[in-house]
Amino acid sequence: MKPTHHLDYSTLLAHAAGTLDEAFSVVAVSHLAVCPTCRAALREAEALGGTLLEQMPGADVSAACRTRTMAAIEGVVPPPPAMRAPPSDLPAPLARLVGARSFDEIAWKRKAPGVAMFDVTLPPGARGQLKLLRIGAGRAMPEHGHGGEEITLVLKGAYRDHMGRFAAGDVADLDEDIEHKPVVEQDGDCICLVATERPTRFKSLAARLMQPFVGI
Amino acid sequence: MYAVMESADKRQDDQKQRVETLFRNLIVQVAQQRDRQAFSQLFDHFAPRLKSFMMRKNTSAELAEDLVQEAMIAVWNKAGLYEPSKGSVTTWVFTIARNLRIDRARRDVHMPMTELGDYDEPSEEPEGEELLGRKQEDGLVARALQAIPEEQRQILILSFVDEMPQSEIAARLSIPLGTVKSRMRLAYGHLRRILETGL
Repeated sequence: MKPTHHLDYSTLLAHAAGTLDEAFSVVAVSHLAVCPTCRAALREAEALGGTLLEQMPGADVSAACRTRTMAAIEGVVPPPPAMRAPPSDLPAPLARLVGARSFDEIAWKRKAPGVAMFDVTLPPGARGQLKLLRIGAGRAMPEHGHGGEEITLVLKGAYRDHMGRFAAGDVADLDEDIEHKPVVEQDGDCICLVATERPTRFKSLAARLMQPFVGI
Repeated sequence: MYAVMESADKRQDDQKQRVETLFRNLIVQVAQQRDRQAFSQLFDHFAPRLKSFMMRKNTSAELAEDLVQEAMIAVWNKAGLYEPSKGSVTTWVFTIARNLRIDRARRDVHMPMTELGDYDEPSEEPEGEELLGRKQEDGLVARALQAIPEEQRQILILSFVDEMPQSEIAARLSIPLGTVKSRMRLAYGHLRRILETGL
């Protein structure tokens, strides 16, 4: 199934420019992996980058750099094509970061009835925070705004809110002032990957999750 | 007047087309014959631009040249993976340079962020993508960049050329983050429209 909710164009452009925070890039790449529409859009954004590169005034490159490069390709043995990642519940970029191939292998921490969370450790210096969130079938999250940058990718199951149905592969890349009240569908847990800014100015995702949950 | 402008555009397009065809041929020679002469021509065209690209954000000339060398070696190694249907040679070189820069500029942050191989399987929708490749040769992207309003172009330059995250752009221009995003969206919308309909 092709995703029906996509990355915002401003996110795609920032990703193409290489300026997206690492946490957000992991979500973007994980969505791109399953979304031909966003891949095509990314190529257009990258074409902008190519055009701007072409228009850059060149800097003088030293003869030594040229000589070194020409010498370096002499001995180069092209690396073998990358092996396809083994099949996994998790998108390949995320599976590498988490070191797990199935959602069952993840050390979930229970945060509230029906709600579990896992902090994805990003390399030191990486910007943003990345969390996996597992919400039980039929549960509703309290209405909340995002009060900060946040992108959510559904990895398993589905939820609904006033924007529609978000199922595996769909991404909610919303303006921070949009409020919503997601309700997980009845037929199973919903697992999401959520990138947020470091919670400095804003109430953190964790704090919001500690709010009482209502079963439906 | 229009006739004159059109013919100037056409000459520019023809020129771009010839250059792109030349690059594609060079890449094929590198990929299939391991042709060093062809590679050195690519080096002479791209290395100075790559060096400017790598020197953004106060990167030293020395590190920039290391990165140029690395990027060009990647061009040598990956030439066989270049697919014209997915964009121009210049765009392909840009993506190589961008990924390298992300890896190296944040030296301690080794992230599988931009590994296109993860999702660049033989492509669906070849028509749309081939169309993009062709249209880009036509110089439409360059013209689209000229055609969009200055306040949108400025955001794209700060993002792609000055390598500023959206929040930094907002601070630099003293505008809300939401405005930076909406200008990016508008700029992308313009680009899309121009790519689809021509200028």
